[in-house]
Amino acid sequence: MAAPLTLLLIVAVTIRAVLFRSSLAELISARVEVVSPLNAWKRVVEGLALLDLGVSPYSGDVFHETPLMIYLFHFTVDYAEIVFIVSAYFVDCLSCFLKPLDRAKMFRKQKYALESDRYSADCLELLRSPKEMFYIPLKVAMFYLLNPFTILSCVAKSTCGLNNAIIALFIFCTLKGSALLSGILLALATYQSIYPLTLFAPALLFFLQRLYIPVNLRRSSFWFFTLQYAFMYVGSLVVITGLSFFLLGSWDFIPSVYGFIFSVPDLTPNIGLFWYFFAEMFEHFRLFFSCVFQINVFFYTIPLSIKLKEHPVFLIFMQIAIISIFKSYPTVGDVALYMAFLPAWSHLYRFLRNIFLVSCVLLACSALFPVLWHLWIYAGSANSNFYYAITLLFNFGQILLVADYFYAYLRREHHLTHGLYLKKKDGTEATLVLK
Amino acid sequence: MGLLSDPNRRKALTGLLTRLNTPICIVCYLAGIVWFMGLAFEPFTLRTYMSENAMGSTMVEERFSSGERALSLAKEFDAHKRKAGGMPVEWLVKAMQSRGLEVFTQSFSRKLPFPDENKERYMVRGTNVYGILRAPRAPRTEALVITAPCSPGNTNNQAVALLLALAQYFRNQIYWAKDIIFLVNEHDLIGTQAWLEGYHHTNITGMEYSPLQGRAGSIQAALSLELSSDVITSLDLVLEGLNGQLPNLDLANLFYAFCQKLGVLCTIQGKLQRNDWDTAEGYTHAAQTMMLMVLKQACGRSWGDHGLFLRYHIEAASVRGINSFRHYKTDATTIGRLLEGMVRKLNNLLERLHQSYFFYLLPSLSRFVSIGYYMPAFGLLAVILLLRVSFPGLCHCFSVSLQPSSPGVLTVLTPVVISHLTGVALYLLPVHLQEMAVEHFPVSETEAVVLTAIAIYTAGLALPHNTQRLLSGEGTEQGWKVLKLTALLYLAVLLGCTALINFSLGFILAVTLVPITASITPHMPKALYAVVMVLLSPAFTILYCVFIYQELIEAPVSVSEGWMLFLSVISQGILDHALYGSLVYPLLALFIYPCWLMFWNILFWN
Repeated sequence: MAAPLTLLLIVAVTIRAVLFRSSLAELISARVEVVSPLNAWKRVVEGLALLDLGVSPYSGDVFHETPLMIYLFHFTVDYAEIVFIVSAYFVDCLSCFLKPLDRAKMFRKQKYALESDRYSADCLELLRSPKEMFYIPLKVAMFYLLNPFTILSCVAKSTCGLNNAIIALFIFCTLKGSALLSGILLALATYQSIYPLTLFAPALLFFLQRLYIPVNLRRSSFWFFTLQYAFMYVGSLVVITGLSFFLLGSWDFIPSVYGFIFSVPDLTPNIGLFWYFFAEMFEHFRLFFSCVFQINVFFYTIPLSIKLKEHPVFLIFMQIAIISIFKSYPTVGDVALYMAFLPAWSHLYRFLRNIFLVSCVLLACSALFPVLWHLWIYAGSANSNFYYAITLLFNFGQILLVADYFYAYLRREHHLTHGLYLKKKDGTEATLVLK
Repeated sequence: MGLLSDPNRRKALTGLLTRLNTPICIVCYLAGIVWFMGLAFEPFTLRTYMSENAMGSTMVEERFSSGERALSLAKEFDAHKRKAGGMPVEWLVKAMQSRGLEVFTQSFSRKLPFPDENKERYMVRGTNVYGILRAPRAPRTEALVITAPCSPGNTNNQAVALLLALAQYFRNQIYWAKDIIFLVNEHDLIGTQAWLEGYHHTNITGMEYSPLQGRAGSIQAALSLELSSDVITSLDLVLEGLNGQLPNLDLANLFYAFCQKLGVLCTIQGKLQRNDWDTAEGYTHAAQTMMLMVLKQACGRSWGDHGLFLRYHIEAASVRGINSFRHYKTDATTIGRLLEGMVRKLNNLLERLHQSYFFYLLPSLSRFVSIGYYMPAFGLLAVILLLRVSFPGLCHCFSVSLQPSSPGVLTVLTPVVISHLTGVALYLLPVHLQEMAVEHFPVSETEAVVLTAIAIYTAGLALPHNTQRLLSGEGTEQGWKVLKLTALLYLAVLLGCTALINFSLGFILAVTLVPITASITPHMPKALYAVVMVLLSPAFTILYCVFIYQELIEAPVSVSEGWMLFLSVISQGILDHALYGSLVYPLLALFIYPCWLMFWNILFWN
């Protein structure tokens, strides 16, 4: 385990170092699929320059990073490449540690359920064996570190990599069971990009499950813990925001970072759904449509939390995927984060129905993005509709992927309790239909 | 979503696709070909129309009348050209200055990677002369370009002379809202390339040039003029540019409209328009015209000076005077009027040409096929690849190959990597090894490059499967299926991207590659299929295209002449890549050929 992991790390660092030094780095860091106005390195450098001149980095409309991030780079700007590589490893190593935790818990649960006859007898082949689980951390590491999306994002020095590291750290602390650290890191992630706010629900559910507190609105222990966790979260959010205020001495960053995220004023094309709509619509519908579009990210939290309240770790995966699909300035780095989780659900593979179609769609789209960009911007022969069509297809593929995993997860749970080979009442073989 | 989520319906659909896979594929292939050939049938095409309002309704009155003076200028220019033994720079500068233009020169030099035997040049050194007519009526933020190449020998003298005559006439008019740049470039495309790079402050091809001293606004459109005789019988419009890019269709419409107005015979691909679309001859004629356009577009080179402008977002076309044996003659004054009219209409533009189509095929000048009509032909071919991918055995392999512990991934990786390394060798070695080849073999540099390319191409056929067998022993049944799945997907994505950028290239490659790649398995008679595969490989596709092209331009060649042409086409392709950044050679060498090798590998799997 350690040897292949080390080998993997060496390969990954070599690829990145080579790309950093090659002429491709400049090309990659200009790609709209890889960097967004929020996390482009070029803008961070601009913000740093303004800060050094004693001007607020948010004056002008270029810089949209959070104050803590700019102070981080203020001290490490000369080692930026190293910071980005390290942040990639951070995500990776954490996910390696995180899986065993999950695993141990899972086995305990499986054993318990088996003993109490809760699982039906013929579902043994659905249970996860320690042997197949053993390689999961390695696979997760491989999926994240060697994913071309992550590599592109890292080489472009998109600060998305750092956000990913914070989210990974949050998941790690949550699974470790440290409510305080989890609250603080969740606050930090929220502070970075607002959207991880929706991860509050799964984290809370996880802690409740861990402490054997039933999710019951009439129980005081439930409310006590919820308030406790919410307090840790909100408290650290307030502290972090206050710290930012004292660092900069002004509240400039609130409209410039969060207003920028919510009202989507920058319509540079990206792989998300916002830019085309907002470029096309009449100005006086803007508020309405930005509400409609933003609500997508937050709304699914409620039904998903209800449906998956027994499975908070899967819920975290679902939430991260939804954030990366529906956020206002998505990049491929966000996509890479939830894709790193896919090997963890390799036991769902037999229930996935469209994985082949989806892989083909995602693959084809990744190839078509640069082609259509070239036709639109350089050749001038295609137009934005061509590019947006591919964006739509790419997001359709992602949604299909997530829905497929969701369905597979539910179906596996169903089979675990009802047996693998379902019979109709008249004794013939039945099929499950999701409607 | 019902189809995707309901298992019963899914099963029915996949069952249908599996059972009827081969017939569906055959039908798709035939339908694709028939669709494509049907595109030239007139009722299926659209009539061209002027989309751009600024150029449509406002007819202009042409008054240019100094055609005779232009012809005498041509003689003078010819004399000076002979005296200078190349471009008479000083004479041109003086001539332009005396006509009231701001005149500037740009010198450039370029060493070709290997000698160009068609044009007999290796170290190219030249000068571009250009004069700017400043617009009296507008803030000089936009410009138009008229260019005439100064060719060696006594060709193209009339074009340069007409350019000067037009400059003199335009200078006296007051309605110009855009600067007009009159450019006389030396060494045809190399000069144009140097001038464009200088104008836009870029250097993408390693050309050495002196910076431009004078500059006008952003260039909106460009016309390139090629005339070699005092009277002409027809004018030919050339649209195909670098990498198969085409100018906006409105530019062709504009040319056609003025030809109609002035009664000039106009052709495209050198073919006159016929009105008898309902006869077999009429259809064949249209189909030939369209096929010529497809072949020219597919080869990705610039077919006139205009082709390089397109890269900079400048709509451009070449107008070529043809003097054949027809009785109908047009004099220089009429051509001057035609150009005057076109430039005046372009002068009226309020924004860049963007209203009309950028993706089209022209069966004749008055009819066009838009992207929506021709893409299905390609789609029908590409869908075969996807249908073969969804072949159940292959689908199952996909699930197996997802497990990294299974041998699938490794057995696939070896042939993929080896094929691509062969491709890289094919891309890099010919130009870099020429000196060594010339030392050891009695060939010239150009021959060395072409023959090395062919040698590597042929050697590649022997390499992959042998190495693969050496590394991993006998191939398994599972292995070739995974490899085929990868290769089919790869080819589908590759052809799809190619067809988007350059439809003709994508389509021609699909026609030759799809049937064999879709049907290949290791269990076929090896010798027979090896021959078929080689006959349908990318290199042979080029060879067929050469013969078909010669046939279509009514200059059929014998086999040996065809072979020589094939060799020169390869050297031109490599040169085009090095000089202007044409992408066809790297595409074929780095992607299509390795992909084809992967299928070759499947045939020899066991």
